[in-house]
Order: sequence, then structure tokens, then C-alpha cells
Amino acid sequence: MMLKGRAIFEGKAEGLALVSSSPMSFYGGVNPETGEVVERGSELAGASVKGRVLVFPYGKGSTVGSYVLYRLAKNGAAPCAIVNAKCETIVAVGAIISEIPCVDMVDVSGIKTGTRVRVDGATVEF
Amino acid sequence: MHLTGEEEAMLAGEQGLATQKAMQILVALGKIYDAERLIAVSSVQVSGVSYKNLGDAGLEFLSELARDGKARVKTTLNPAGMSLTDWKAQGIESKFAEKQLQVIDAYGRLGVEISCTCTPYLAGNEPIFGQHVAWGESSAVAYANSVIGARTNREGGPSALAASLTGRTPLYGLHLSENRVPTIAVDVEVQLRSSEDYSVMGYFVGRTVKDGIPYFRGAGLATLENLKSLSAALASSGGIAMFHVEGRTPESGPGPGKVETLAFAEKELQETYSLLNDEGAPDFVSVGCPHLSLTELAILANLLSGRRVKREFWVCCSREVKRQGDEAGYSRLIEKSGAKFALDTCMVVAPVEQLGYKVVATNSAKACHYLRNAGLKVRFMPLEQCVTEATGRG
Repeated sequence: MMLKGRAIFEGKAEGLALVSSSPMSFYGGVNPETGEVVERGSELAGASVKGRVLVFPYGKGSTVGSYVLYRLAKNGAAPCAIVNAKCETIVAVGAIISEIPCVDMVDVSGIKTGTRVRVDGATVEF
Repeated sequence: MHLTGEEEAMLAGEQGLATQKAMQILVALGKIYDAERLIAVSSVQVSGVSYKNLGDAGLEFLSELARDGKARVKTTLNPAGMSLTDWKAQGIESKFAEKQLQVIDAYGRLGVEISCTCTPYLAGNEPIFGQHVAWGESSAVAYANSVIGARTNREGGPSALAASLTGRTPLYGLHLSENRVPTIAVDVEVQLRSSEDYSVMGYFVGRTVKDGIPYFRGAGLATLENLKSLSAALASSGGIAMFHVEGRTPESGPGPGKVETLAFAEKELQETYSLLNDEGAPDFVSVGCPHLSLTELAILANLLSGRRVKREFWVCCSREVKRQGDEAGYSRLIEKSGAKFALDTCMVVAPVEQLGYKVVATNSAKACHYLRNAGLKVRFMPLEQCVTEATGRG
């Protein structure tokens, strides 16, 4: 299936999806060294975002979360792309400063964890 | 979103990498929030200064920007994680200090004034009514929008810096008149007697309504200090970036219109005071969240005059207000008591939890909120009582 969304940070990436049905907090929610999700109660707790196409509705929590994405990228532990239902400031700024391809305004309900997903500019193909 | 020729050039990288990165951030935010264009800002207040919050990633990002980025408008800075000159006496480890000074150095190279205060409006960054600005620091954002009538969204560190490096911000949110109207009315049914009462009211309302624009009815003729405390509390327990006070703030106008109402009476006041008090005897006392005004320094000097503090007591204010306090003779009285000025920093952004303290007494609901998140116990009390805690109980 090919979906057309809105490019927040344009780029090409391909990987296996890691899907969270609830909003994600990066500051305190993801280990910036390893990419492991550490947020208590998160359905992704214990999983790693490293190299995955990270799919979630939108970001939440502290604006410092943008710097966590940057730190993940510097440590080689960042997702290879981010797909949101509706991107907000924390994730958008994080994706831009870390140069992680990021698309939003797509119906993410059809994407399941483990699905191979390709992101290119504003399109999401799976 | 429409961009001018110059803005297109910035986005294309013709004015350097930092400017390009900054413009990418602003364009993305403009897209997300459906801004039709960018507007010029007259000043910026940058948050994200304490190494405690930035970490190495933040430091690296700032250092990269500082290679070719420069502030294009007046840009002031939030408090750092320590005094830039007296960090040793504060008990800060040299490893932390070294990193913190690197952060400050990067901001300096970016052309940011090293003001290190959360009250830029008391230290030379004073917008005028109707001006568009891009401020971080949630308490200053609420103050600028509500009390001054300047217009700013609640910026994060990178988006405020992006505004500084380009002189622009996307036109959306609180920059537009239609988004500055009240969304809820708060009936104040108790006499507010102090800035601490305003702080408690702000904490209650922020916690209850989460976001939106409260309109306070019956809050009386609040002072600058009252409104400073109210701003900080509303923005810490909730995401509130603007409020109105009937007959006091410049855009309070004819009234709140047809909106939901919320009551703040004696019961809510007492309950919120209790909520902000943990068990335990304070071993650390601090006032100045937000940073103290000159009037507050005068009150404190009077309370401390002729007394000696027995516990660590931090008095947090900007270097500018401290300078005014020096001239007026207040600083000498405060220091003579053994209380320590904590300049460039405060109890919220300094790593107080690593200095060995367990229970903090303060007169700021905002400070209580963040200190608890850092794992400390808090005791909220009026300024007079903070002084009593510091100089000896009973």
C-alpha cells in the first residue's frame, strides 16, 4: 500500500516498523545510548527503536525530547524513519536536527510491528 | 507556507548551515501549525541552558550551530545549572562545571547575551505591547503574553534558537488575536494576600484546566511580583501560556464571554497548600523562582536584617537585579546574614539533588513541582516562613 502524507523532514529510508498505538515521550522514555524504550507502561517497553521505522500517533512530554533524538542519532541508535499521525514540535524539531526522515498526516492504523516500510519524502509504502 | 526570497535563500543554505537548520525547524513548525508565513520577532529568550537538562547531545548540537550561526535579534538566556563564577562554593563538581561552561561558551559564540535569568523582563529584555517575540521559559512566556501583552508561543530550546538565528517565527497560535481570548473563567472567591497565594492559585488552575487561557475574576490589583508567581505556577502544573486578570492585564477587555467557570475559594487554597507540602524538616531553603525582583530583594533584606542563617539559603536573582540591590544596599544586608546569592541559576535547574540535600523549603509552587520530579521532598511556605526556616526554628 502507498500512502501520501506530509514530509516534516525529507529523506529516504527503509526498515521494519515498530509501532506504538499511544503517544511517545523520548525524554525519560527512550535510552539515548541504546535506543531501548524504557517508559514504564509503554507497549514498546524493552524494544529498541534503533534502525526501525518508528510509527506512533504523536510525541508528548518534555521539549528536551528533541535532544534525545539527536543523541540517539549521534550514537547510531536512532530510528531510520519516523511516521506520525500528527507530528508535534518535540518530534519535528528532533527529526530535523537529527536528520531523521519524518512523515506525518498518514493513516498509520494499517502498519503493524514487523511490517517492512519504505519512506520517501512524503510517501510511506508498506 | 509562503516564504520571502530571503527566507528561501536561508532555507537553501545560502546563509550558512546553522541558518539553514534554523529555517528548516521554523518551516516544519509552520507546516504543522498551518502558518501562512513567517513574521519578524523583536527578541528571543532561549531556554535549554542547564547541562543537567541538555546533556552531551544538547551541548554537541549547540557547538555545531555555533560554527557559523549568529543571533539576528536581541537574544537573552535562561538560567544555567550553576553560578558561572561561584560554582565551587555552591558545591558543584568540576566535571559538571566544565560542561556547563562549554554550553555557555557556545551560546556566547552564537551572539546570545549571557543573562542567565528566567525574568528577562526585569533584566533588559522588555518587549512592548503587541510586539511579536519568540520566548522559551514557560514562566516568562506566560508573563510576556499576559502582563506585557507581547505575543509569543511557548517555544522549546531549539525553536527559540531557530527564531534568534533567523529573526523570524511562524505566524500561528498566540501570535494571532483570535487565539488570545479566554477559554475559561476563574472566580476568585478568597482574598489573595501574598505572591504565595497567587502561586498556589496558579498551581491549582494549571493542574485543573491543563491548557487554555484562564480569565481571573476578583483577583484584585495584583502586583508585578504576584503576577510573576502566578505565571510560573500556571505554566508548571499545566501548559498555560497566557491568562487574563480582570481590570489588571492589558488584554482582559470587557470580560471572558461565554465560557466555562471554575471557582477558587478558601477550600481550594488550603488544599493546594497541603498538596505542596511533604513530610520532613528542610535542610535547604531557597527563594527566587522565578528570579526575585528588586522589591522582593528589599523585603528579604528587611526580614534578614540582624539575623543569621543556620541552613543553606539560596537567594536566586539575575545579575542585573543583584546590581540594583547592591546600589540600594539590600545585597549587603542579605549577605551579612549568611544567605548566599545564587546568580545565573536557581534551585530548579541546578543539580540540587546531587548536592546532598533532601528537603527543600521554598515559596514557589513551580519549584516544588520540578524539585519533586528530581526526587526531592518539598515544603511550600510564605517568604517570611522561609526566612524563619533558614535562620532557625523556635
